[in-house]
This record gives sequence, C-alpha cells and structure tokens, in this order.
Amino acid sequence: MKRTTSSVRILSMAAIAVLGAGLAACGGGGGGSSSASSAITAKGPIKIWYSNNEFEVKWGKEMVAAWNQAHPDQLVDAQEIPAGKSSEETIGAAITAGNAPCLVFNTAPVAVPQFQKQGGLVALDSFPDGAQYIKDRTGDLADQYKSTDGKLYQLPWKSNPVVLFYNKDLFAKAGLDPANPKLGTESELLDTARTLVKSGAAQKAIWPSPAGDYFQSWFDFYPFYAANSKGTQLIKDGKATFDDDQGKQVASMFATLYKENLASKEVYQGDSFAEGKAAMALAGPWAIASYKDKVNWGSVPIPATEKQDKSYTFSDAKNIGLYSACKNQGTAWEVLKFATSKDEDGKLLSETGQMPMRKDLPAAYADYFTANPLYKDFADQASRTVEVPNVTNSVQIWQAFRDAWNKSVIFANQSIDDAFKGAADKINQLAAQK
Amino acid sequence: MSLRSAGGASRWDGAPATGPEAGAPPSAGQQPAGRKLLRRKSGHPEIKQKFRPLGKQPLGLLFSAPYVIFILGVLAYPLGYAVWISFHQFYFTAPGVQVARPFVGIGNYITVLSDPAVQRSFVNILVFMVINVPLTVGLSLILANALNRITRLKTFFRVSYYVPYVTASVAVIGVWLFLFQQNGLINSLLGPLAPNPSWLVNSWLAMPTVALYVTWKQLGFFILLYLAALQNIPDELYESASVDGGNKWVQFWNITVPGVRSASVLVTLLATITGANLFTEPYLLTGGGGPDGASSSPVFLMYQKGILQGNPDVAAALGVVLVIGVLLIALIQNRLVGGKSGEE
Repeated sequence: MKRTTSSVRILSMAAIAVLGAGLAACGGGGGGSSSASSAITAKGPIKIWYSNNEFEVKWGKEMVAAWNQAHPDQLVDAQEIPAGKSSEETIGAAITAGNAPCLVFNTAPVAVPQFQKQGGLVALDSFPDGAQYIKDRTGDLADQYKSTDGKLYQLPWKSNPVVLFYNKDLFAKAGLDPANPKLGTESELLDTARTLVKSGAAQKAIWPSPAGDYFQSWFDFYPFYAANSKGTQLIKDGKATFDDDQGKQVASMFATLYKENLASKEVYQGDSFAEGKAAMALAGPWAIASYKDKVNWGSVPIPATEKQDKSYTFSDAKNIGLYSACKNQGTAWEVLKFATSKDEDGKLLSETGQMPMRKDLPAAYADYFTANPLYKDFADQASRTVEVPNVTNSVQIWQAFRDAWNKSVIFANQSIDDAFKGAADKINQLAAQK
Repeated sequence: MSLRSAGGASRWDGAPATGPEAGAPPSAGQQPAGRKLLRRKSGHPEIKQKFRPLGKQPLGLLFSAPYVIFILGVLAYPLGYAVWISFHQFYFTAPGVQVARPFVGIGNYITVLSDPAVQRSFVNILVFMVINVPLTVGLSLILANALNRITRLKTFFRVSYYVPYVTASVAVIGVWLFLFQQNGLINSLLGPLAPNPSWLVNSWLAMPTVALYVTWKQLGFFILLYLAALQNIPDELYESASVDGGNKWVQFWNITVPGVRSASVLVTLLATITGANLFTEPYLLTGGGGPDGASSSPVFLMYQKGILQGNPDVAAALGVVLVIGVLLIALIQNRLVGGKSGEE
C-alpha cells in the first residue's frame, strides 16, 4: 500500500511540475521582431502554396517553372495547400506553428483580418513599391481589400463574379424561352421558378446550399443584395447595412422560394445544377469549364427588384497573402509581382477562366475575349463586384448573419424583420470590437 | 477518453482481453479469487524497510513512464492549458508576436453560457443522450444476449453488427442521407406518413435521427463489450434457475442483467462521452447543426468559435464546462447503474 502512495505522490508532483511549466511558458512570448525589417529585403529560396483546383495547379506549376528558370539563385518550392477541412484552417494552423509558406495563392479575403490579427501577414505597403503596384494593377477596386489600419495585407488577385446560370434544356421543357429567359427582376425570377417546378421540368428551381456554414450566404443572399443595393457591402463604416428594404426584399424572395418548395431545405449531395436537379444556379466563371459538357447553359446577371443595366454582384475573390514566417520576403515580393504580371495574368485567365483583378480587364485581353465570348460578360461584370467587408471578427459576423438567415428565411422560425434586426445589432457590436 | 481508463479499468479490467472466443467456464471463478488475494495481501502488514524514494520496484516506474509521459503530454498538459486559456483573453498568434493576454476572470464563461446557441446545443445533447444512452444499453444487451445463444451464423451477425462501427462516419453518413432525405428510401416507404418537413430538416426530428444514427453506428462496439461480460456469467446459474422453474425472461432479468452490471457502467459511461463529444454527425448529417441549430452540439460550436472564428478563449471555456458536465453525469450514472456492486 505504501509503495503505491509514494509513487502516486511522485507522479502527481511530476504532473503538477509539467502543468506549471506549461503555464509559465504561456506567459512568455518570443522576441525577435528586429529581424522583421531585414527580412523585407532578403533574397533566397522561398516556399509557396497554391489551390488544389486542377486548372490552377497547372497554371501554378508553369508559373513556378518560368520563375525558377530565370532565377536559379532564388528557387521557388511550390505545393498544393495541405488538406484540411478548409484552406483557412490549414493556413491558420501554419501561422500559429510558424511554418506558413511565403505566399499563399488562395487567401480568402474573409480570413485576412484574422490572419492579420494573429501577426501572420506582412503588409504589402512595407515594400517601397507595394501600394503603387497594387493601385496600378487593380485600380479603385483594391480599396475594398484595405484593412482597418489602412494597409493592404493581401494582393487582390482574381475574382469569380457570381452570376445566375440557367439550364436551357430544362427551360425549354418548361415552355420557357431559353434564349430570352424572364430573369430580369426578382419577381420575374419567382414566376420563372414557379413555372419550372410546376411544369415538372425540374425538381427545384434553384438549389443553393441551405447549410449553416458562414460562407454559404455568399452564394444566395450576398450576390442578390449587391445587385439590389447597387454595390453595398454587408458593413459600411462599421455599421451593418442589410437591415433595410433592399436586404429584406432579397430575404423575402428567398423565403418565398423555400416556402413554395421551389428551393430545397436539404443539402444536395453533389452538384444539383450539373445533375439537372435544379434549373438555376449561382456560380462564377470557374463553373464554365465544369458545366461545359454536362449542361446546355446560359447566364444572366443577378436580378434586382428593378431592371438594371449595370448590375453588381459578389466577387468571390481569392487573393495572395505574404506571410510573416517568410525569411526571404524580398524574393517573395518579386515572385508576387512576377505571378501577377500582365503576362502571367493572361495565362491565368486563359487556363482557369477566372478573372484577374486588373482594371480595364476586357481591353487588356481583348484577343482572348473575342476568341472566348462566353467569358466576356464575366469580364465586364468583374469591374462591378462587392467584396466581403474587411473588418475584425469577419467570420463571426458572417456566421451571425447566416444563423439569422437560416432561422428566418429558410426555416421560418422567426420573422425576417426580427431576425435581420437582431443580426444587425449583433454585427454592429462585433464590428466595433478591436 | 481518459475516463475510459480511469472509470473502466479498476472495476472491469481483463474482460475484453479474455475476448468472446476465450470460452466461458474457466473465467467463472476469476472475480472471487482476485478479491481473496487482495484481502490476504492487505491483511499482512508489511515489514518495515529502509526508505526508498522510488518505491520497492523502481524499474516499474521506467516501464510505466512511456504511458505516463503520454498522458501528461497529450491529456494533462492540454487540459491544463485549456483551463488557463479559458480565464484569459486569448487568440493564437504567429511565433514571436507579442500580444497582451489579460486575465478576464469568468468573462469567457459568461460570454459562452449566455449565448442562446450554446444553451440550445446543451439541450440538444441532453435530448441526444436521453434517446441514445438507454437505447444503446438496452439494444446492445439484448443483441449480445441473443448473439451469445445462437449457434448458426454467429460470425455473420457479429460482423454485420460490427461493420458500421469500423466504417468511417463520413462514408456511412452518405448512406443515411440516402435513407432519410426528403425523397429518400424511408419517406418512400412511409408514403403519406412521411414527416413534413422531412427528418433531417425537421426541428423536432433532426436530433432524434442523429441519436438513432449514432446508436446504430456504435452498437457493434457495445455488443462486443457485453459479449465479453456475458462470458463471465457461469452457466451453473442458468441451470439452477431453470431447475427452479425460472423461464428465459426470469433468467435474463435476474442473472444476465446483474451479471453484466460492471459492463453496463462502462457502456453507459462510454455512450455518454460519445454523446457529449458529438461532432461529425451534426457537421455532416444535418449540414452544420441544422435545421436552425436544432442539431448543433457543444463540440461543434467549439469548432466554430475556436477554429473558424478565432476565439479559442471562449471555445476553451465551453470545453471546460463540457468536461465538468460529463464528469458530473458520469458520477450520477455510476451511482445509479453501478449501485453498490463493489460490495456484492
């Protein structure tokens, strides 16, 4: 008996010692911020990550090969973002562990405030020509990507302006005119949706994911809100904007779609549009390549309450971040400029169909858009896009909005008025936190 | 997980090791013999010896060191760290970045417990456990008992109960979606009796459906535990009961149920822990705790708050509340199910 108690005592003492050491370690942080300024100019080999989308991988490999051939002393080691539940989680973990790569060619704007707060990103204004380069390339649209401290922690890279895709065959089957679909306004969209489902042409008119993920609102509410409000972000000057007529009109249109079973409350396992289960879908130009052989599709701009000539939409942009764990930031910045040069942007456009965020995009690649007219409307649309607001707690803000949307619009457990009011109050609070 | 070893081992060690195939009779006398041994040991007072700081068998410490270090490193340290985080304003930073981590007292606990979504999630897992735990205990005991008696197709049944348990949840969830979605097999069979809204998007049915799914998925493991425990019940007891005229039901209720009581404690405990740690099912089966949070769970919200939204301090507070809650429930269950089995 005595034996056990003494060894138990030793063990518990050891346990306390380990715990104490751990707690003590938490209190201290590392020093070493003095090396930050010299890293800005340092040159040498770097690591980068790009998305796992097959077309982007192809572009990424070619870009890296071209760089490496010209710069044998500053080799780029590239790989796809390691698998995780989402890229943002993987990058967040890498920042915390201190092994983030120099550049990630798939940095979601919504995650930038968080990465910045973690000290994971380098402000691109730190480079002498940083701010000017971005301004020259992207123009005024770049202002949407500025952080609350006025700096740019991301290079606006490419957008996927969301439009309304429709299945021409299903429209014809429902007796609708596939060449000139009545999708100019929200009420026309509702009428068209009713015809599609009642005629039996499609199981659902449209099938946006009803799941509760914070980002799902970018593919139902936000494009319509951008169109209806003529380009207003979810938050403006620290205040939620959506709790107004424009926001509620979009909400009640979707509530009608759900109430009349024109949209599904269940998540579809697969691609409902590609499989012909839904007659319409919201997607960007990336989808052209994947729908090419599956659906006879057409596309229209996102409708608003009234007919518009030049409508706005959600950008669905992916940007490039330069991470603070990078030792040779001078090289990283050069690679960043190389990868977003007019030449490389042109290759990105032709290989992935995604829109480089350059001002005067249609004019810059006139030949490409003449040869590929399908992409022309997207290029035009790319100049009128709304980004997610760059504010602290951005993910939490979108989750608060999504929760209110699911509660009121999809599952009708609360009135839209109450839900939007509650979400706006909560979001104002979250946006005000530092 | 630590509970499994802490709660289970002392009462019920060895049974899974003997395994269902080990044959019943020899193990019958194990328990009394063990107890006698223990009594004799404690009866003899130890001879006074010189002080040994590392005990009589220092080598034992060496042998147990890998596991102890593992427990300290993987369980104790993170748990202590989580408790520390939950009392401070904390977020993850890149190495070398210095930020203030002020002590905030129970601020994070107030934030998290006053969140209606969190309150809802605790109600949800309560509903889950009320359905899942009794169903698991009942079904696995009955099925284990049946499995123990049949002579033909034994392996077939064992495998078919165990397959869902070893299959990845992600894969099996696909099958359940196919069964329970709006136009799924179950609704087609039910016809006009199908619930509206359908199972997984119905605020009242989503959590019970999840509970049913988890029960079915975990059943194989618990059946195995009971099968092992059943091997410990001597056949003589059944024989004498039948001589006394007790029918199958009387035998089951008076011999089997008390005979596997220690296994029941373990099964209840493990089922409760599984329920409290529910994550994959609300994440995948109901599209992120849907409909409208009706199937969200505390662990799912911890993931949302800690990983997605970058508030690990609030998430840690939720985690600590959850650990304390599970310990309390385990304690109550141990009293109720375990009875005073330690004394006879």
